[in-house]
Amino acid sequence: MATESTADVIGACVDAKGSAIGMPQLCVEWMPNQIFWLVVALIAIYFVLSRIALPRIGGVLAERKGTITNDLTAAEELKAKAVEAEKAYQDALTRARAEAAKIVAEARAEIQKDLDAATARADAEIAARSAESEKRIGEIRAGALEAVTEVAKDTAKELVNALGGKADARSVTAAVTARLKG
Amino acid sequence: MAEEAHSEGGLVFHPMDQFIVKPLFGDGPVEWYTPTNVTLWLGIAVLCTVALFVMGTRGRAIIPTRVQSIAELAYGFIYKMVEDICGPEGAKYFPKIFTLFVFIMMTNYLALIPMSYSPTSHIAATAVLGFGVFIAVTVLGFVKNGTHFLGLFWMSDAPLVLRPIIAVIEVISYFVRPVSHSIRLAGNIMAGHTVIKVFATFAGVVALAPVSILAVVAIYGLEVLVAFIQAYVFTILTCVYLRDALHPGH
Repeated sequence: MATESTADVIGACVDAKGSAIGMPQLCVEWMPNQIFWLVVALIAIYFVLSRIALPRIGGVLAERKGTITNDLTAAEELKAKAVEAEKAYQDALTRARAEAAKIVAEARAEIQKDLDAATARADAEIAARSAESEKRIGEIRAGALEAVTEVAKDTAKELVNALGGKADARSVTAAVTARLKG
Repeated sequence: MAEEAHSEGGLVFHPMDQFIVKPLFGDGPVEWYTPTNVTLWLGIAVLCTVALFVMGTRGRAIIPTRVQSIAELAYGFIYKMVEDICGPEGAKYFPKIFTLFVFIMMTNYLALIPMSYSPTSHIAATAVLGFGVFIAVTVLGFVKNGTHFLGLFWMSDAPLVLRPIIAVIEVISYFVRPVSHSIRLAGNIMAGHTVIKVFATFAGVVALAPVSILAVVAIYGLEVLVAFIQAYVFTILTCVYLRDALHPGH
């Protein structure tokens, strides 16, 4: 056939029209070429990956892991600090409250003291005044009693005179005094 | 496509043409060193990797930019996978596993660009990955554990009678690992892309166009998932094999 001579030129696996005869995968003529270039490509990829790309990516991943770990540690520390600050704040608050309570108690005690002193002074004044009044009342009462005795003596003298008797001033006085006591 | 479609009195599908390896310059034969569309798209994958993982992380920002957070997400995702499955000793192999993941991920996603070439759809490429993992893990297993590594095949907690039978099955399944490991990836990517192409060819027929466009969109969405899932599955299986090499005891 005419195609056979053309096939000799192009190769045993391609017909005159340039189409494949059978499976190109089974064309032995092409295999050395494919294997050679495959090995070249594999070696190229292997060197690019193992010399440049993989160490770099591994480094980046390790670095990222480190960064994340560091950040997490820092966050943990900051959290601990925040808790501490919160505790300090609460402590300060408690202390301030206690202080305030103490100040209030002190102020109250002071006021109480002043109040007590003022009350005592007032009481003393009141006592003094009432004692004075008591004395005055006693004086008045004594004066009145004396006047009654005087009036009774005078009245008795006049009565004795009017009845015609000679009034002995001394005995009349004694008698009146006796009667007043009785 | 139109005249081709009618050349044989019906639709002609060329869903596999997207997987053809072509020289970038001229029409010469494809030697092992020839710069081809494979070279171009693998080169773009390398550049995208550099853009994402080197340019994107240039800022080394503590608060990442959008691109940097994608790079960090991928790093964390695979690192955790390696550590969970292989234990702390597995961390030493993290760059190699991450290289596999990034390579498959990048080529899978770049392959979803229309007119692009998908390196992971070729069994030649995925077999290099799968057998590479297989050989590396096996050698590592013997270097780390010596003959104790063979304990992987000898189930000490199974009944003695069954142990030789189980050992045979374990050995077979061990040697099937790289095959399934590589065919799973290539098959998924190839199948998805082929189906998209088939539906795209149907779009040339007016009556079928709306359905086929919807189907292309739906399968494209599925392929976006598959692109990630296959990268993930390949990586997690690599981790599982590595764990077997590090701790062969069951």
